Amino acid sequence: MTLAPESQIQSGKTPIAEIIQRFGTLSIFLALVIVASIWSDSFLTQTNILNVLRQVASSAGIMSVGMLFVILTRGIDLSVGSIAALGGVLVAYFMAFWDLGTGASIALTLIAGAVCGLTTGIFIAYLKLPSFVMSLAMMAIARGLSLIISAGRPIPLGDNGEALANFGSGFYAGIPQPVLLMFAVFIVGGVLLKFTRFGRVITAIGSNEEAVHLSGIAVPRYILAVYVISGILASVAGIISSARTGVGSAQVGVGAELNVIAAVVIGGASLMGGRGGVINTFLGALVMGIIGNIMNLAGVPGYHQQVYMGLIILIAMLLQYSTGSFKRT
Amino acid sequence: MTNLVNLRNITKSFGGIHALQGVDFDVRAGEIHALLGENGAGKSTLMRVLGGEIKPSSGTIEIEGQVIEFAGPSAARALGIAVIHQEFALAPDLTIAENIFLGELPSFIGWGKLKERASDLIRHLGFDIDPTVKVGSLAVAHQQVVEIAKALSRDVKIIVFDEPTAVLATQDAERLHEIIRGLRARGVGIAYISHRLDEVFAIADVMTVMKDGKVVDKVATGSVSIDDVIRMMVGRPISAMFPDRTGRKLGPVKLEAKGLTRGRLVKDVSFSIRGGEIVGLGGLVGAGRTEVARAIFGADRLESGTVILNGKALRLQSPRDAVKAGMGLLPEDRKLQGVILNQPIKVNSTMARLSSIVNRFGFLKSKVESRAVTVLSDKLRLKASSIDAPVSSLSGGNQQKVALAKWFYADGDFIILDEPTRGVDVGAKSEIFGLINRLSEAGKAVLVISSEHQELFGLCDRILVMREGKLYGELLPDDYSEENLLSLAMTGEPSRITL
Repeated sequence: MTLAPESQIQSGKTPIAEIIQRFGTLSIFLALVIVASIWSDSFLTQTNILNVLRQVASSAGIMSVGMLFVILTRGIDLSVGSIAALGGVLVAYFMAFWDLGTGASIALTLIAGAVCGLTTGIFIAYLKLPSFVMSLAMMAIARGLSLIISAGRPIPLGDNGEALANFGSGFYAGIPQPVLLMFAVFIVGGVLLKFTRFGRVITAIGSNEEAVHLSGIAVPRYILAVYVISGILASVAGIISSARTGVGSAQVGVGAELNVIAAVVIGGASLMGGRGGVINTFLGALVMGIIGNIMNLAGVPGYHQQVYMGLIILIAMLLQYSTGSFKRT
Repeated sequence: MTNLVNLRNITKSFGGIHALQGVDFDVRAGEIHALLGENGAGKSTLMRVLGGEIKPSSGTIEIEGQVIEFAGPSAARALGIAVIHQEFALAPDLTIAENIFLGELPSFIGWGKLKERASDLIRHLGFDIDPTVKVGSLAVAHQQVVEIAKALSRDVKIIVFDEPTAVLATQDAERLHEIIRGLRARGVGIAYISHRLDEVFAIADVMTVMKDGKVVDKVATGSVSIDDVIRMMVGRPISAMFPDRTGRKLGPVKLEAKGLTRGRLVKDVSFSIRGGEIVGLGGLVGAGRTEVARAIFGADRLESGTVILNGKALRLQSPRDAVKAGMGLLPEDRKLQGVILNQPIKVNSTMARLSSIVNRFGFLKSKVESRAVTVLSDKLRLKASSIDAPVSSLSGGNQQKVALAKWFYADGDFIILDEPTRGVDVGAKSEIFGLINRLSEAGKAVLVISSEHQELFGLCDRILVMREGKLYGELLPDDYSEENLLSLAMTGEPSRITL
């Protein structure tokens, strides 16, 4: 009875495989940094690094935290790019046409993002619709709304938007303010995931929803929450985008959901739920940013960039796959 | 009768562990040979040797008198050996016909002929299933039929069944046994592994009992009793498996169910359980026992009826309400419902009472948690490297202990245990019985559902018997017998046989 050779033999995971799995994303990230700095002298300059970070902050970065939460519960949120566009348009609209101040405009925009997430989430959590389909619907709705509201044209932030534009281009302690905001989001996200009941429960839901349900936990509330968070963070990304460009445009974030999902997955999260972390997701988002940046530095033409982007994501995934994060066990 | 297979003096070690030490095992044509033993006794390893999946360190394998060295599983298959594993090797999105002939599909596929051959094979097994249906849409019992048909599509001489009934309901298990008897009649040699001793006694011609990698004995079925076999497996008699309940103290009524009704399988069910009492819920599979448990626990909505706990009528909308009120449910499917496999023991243990390990801002108090779970894991004598190890790394018995730990930690007043020892080996079973006894000694009311009647007899203070959604009667210890229980469960009448 003391020996259980059969089970011991089957669960043979070497420490090396564990280390690779743990640091897989980090090695992808480091490899990419090395390649990039060899490729282009201007890559490792301060301006360029800040540029990459700023790019990441308004694209995959902030949204990837919300997406990570969603993916941890074994869901997917395809609506983030569209909600970002809606957020960008709304914040400009409130300032330009309703003549609202910065605070009020941002607050209303965040509420709009939350409502979008809430709508998606209610259907997924309580009516048990598949997240893929439901968020696809929201993706279309939010994009359509942003086109209607902006009448298809970019809305300038106007005079009321001065503070926001300053935030978009401003620095604090030598770091762009949107980047600081992104750091804050990742830190809060990491703390939520690692040290709170919320993080524990959403990870557990993605691993075995039924067991969590039968432990007496109100599963739907948590599922609803992750979509609301994802919606809010998407609208934050939209606001940052408007702050940087000075206009609210419905064309923002087309296809962004795919980059965000790629960032989370390169970060080693499992699309089957229950596995993923904030630090690796951050590295995943950086990887996505760096890939785009190198190609710009190397002068790769725009259309070609997409092909390379796809190939590099594929390689990154294969690396993760080899460590077992991805196999459908 | 000739021996189809002769395994002689098989030894296999993994690193320093001797999984098999000088084991002899044979299978004859037209014979069902059961292989028994606790988990870790070496049964699966031996069957993997027979299936060509692993090479023995020493010993000989003779197939039909010829000494063979398998190059791999396909070599074993080519010689007519098929292994039906517990987890089926079927492609859910392919049709039955495609699955049966997978691996030997001709490059040009004549679908019509394939369908016909598949139909024949399945009909031969006594089933009538359309072979163009996708395997994923079949019930487990039918998937198993497809597995068997797949084995038969080749010229099979020996079939190894590894715990085939662990996933089946009683009726399906009986049909499977008919199939197996049919195969025996056709001269196929069968090796049969199972934890359910009653079914082994019903089906096997001979049994080999293993313990710690060695054969204890090979016996003919008629010459021994279940008790004898258990003694061989664990080295002690069956009565020693159960806790001594003579000194039990019963408190006031804790739980009262009144007129519970839901659908076809829960009809006007009323009973009560006192603190410190262990009550069994018996009946055939499909009698509604699990449904009653789920309804009391709020997992399925009641149509009518009341659940009263500690004198308070509860309004149960979900398991959350039930847990809040002080209930716990150990569900019947450990892996799908009981534990979160890829999460640590710690996370699993505290899941039902997270409020005790978070502060008012929702932050986890991890020191408090670790301390509590360490104490708990000592108390439950959990065999694990650490409380941070994922549950998937544990043996079946220890996984079940983790599922139980959750309700120990939640410390409610009423616990329902649905098949608490399913898929657990004999040694761990006895430990789990001990733990259930401790729950009752702590003054909790306990309801145990089990399909293994000996378990109910050994553990429970009384047994409620269900049939077709209704409660038909109650057995007290003096009336405990298979006849009485089955008679109530099948006809709703107490047994007329006086013993």
